Amino acid sequence: MDCLTIGGVVLKSRLLIGTGKFSSNKTMTEAIKAADAQVVTMALRRVDLNGREENILQHIPENCILLPNTSGARNAEEAIRIARLARAMGCGNWVKIEVISDNKYLLPDNYETIKATEALVKEGFIVLPYMSPDLMVAKILAEVGAVAVMPLGAPIGSNRGIKTKELIQILIEEINVPIIVDAGIGKPSEAAEAMEMGAEAVLVNTAIATAQDSIKMAQAFSLAVKAGRLAYLAKVGLEKKLAEASSPLTGFLYEGEEK
Amino acid sequence: MIINGKEGSFETGITIKELLMKLELNEKIVVIEINHKIVPKKQYSSFVLNEGDKVEIVSFMAGG
Repeated sequence: MDCLTIGGVVLKSRLLIGTGKFSSNKTMTEAIKAADAQVVTMALRRVDLNGREENILQHIPENCILLPNTSGARNAEEAIRIARLARAMGCGNWVKIEVISDNKYLLPDNYETIKATEALVKEGFIVLPYMSPDLMVAKILAEVGAVAVMPLGAPIGSNRGIKTKELIQILIEEINVPIIVDAGIGKPSEAAEAMEMGAEAVLVNTAIATAQDSIKMAQAFSLAVKAGRLAYLAKVGLEKKLAEASSPLTGFLYEGEEK
Repeated sequence: MIINGKEGSFETGITIKELLMKLELNEKIVVIEINHKIVPKKQYSSFVLNEGDKVEIVSFMAGG
């Protein structure tokens, strides 16, 4: 049985989903179900004391694993603070480290991510760091105890696809913890591409949340991730420069004819 | 005391539980930090707030 195990949990889905940018809570709930996703990310923020903000937890299906992110953190110290607050909610000890001080491309700070990962692993968290694909950084993250490494395909929300393909390929080959492509995946075919390469899972948010029909798109992504994984396990054939006929080269109807 | 970055006027000696009731917040879905220390939920009825305390009330929101 081909399953992905993270933090001791056997996951039933290799599609992780974010909860941001949905047009409504109802749509978000239905999309999570349509995606057949099990791991769901969310952010931690100050409560709006003036507003009537609904609690997001009541809109997440019961059997989901919560993966709070440390978005808003500009350095390791802030990420650690957010992670501890998230754990204090009492819904688990998984955390996605997201340390960003670049407001233009939202590219993560790999070095602060390493510091936060090391500290939080020591405090008993199940840590999944979001990072910019770099082999040495990925090695260190795995060494300090990250349960998976999450390299970006392209900037958050950009829907540009797996622009960092070759670097991710290197991580898949060299790193001995699951590689989960997170950020930039814009189409189901790109999710399938990541899975065919050998990524263990993908995390998708914007592409589903901002699609015209989020529920259909969630379904499409679910199928794409399954297809990509199957293709990876089936081992795709080699690419060739020249053609190689698929139909027999003998028994042609014109054989023996005068030219 | 400062609550979520803004000056709040609540009587000194109020407990966290009482503060949340005044703010109409469900204690199950928030986490409270007082002066940079997280207060365990089981202490909400007994933890007393003082003038000058810096209170952070956070919750999970939509995010990627």
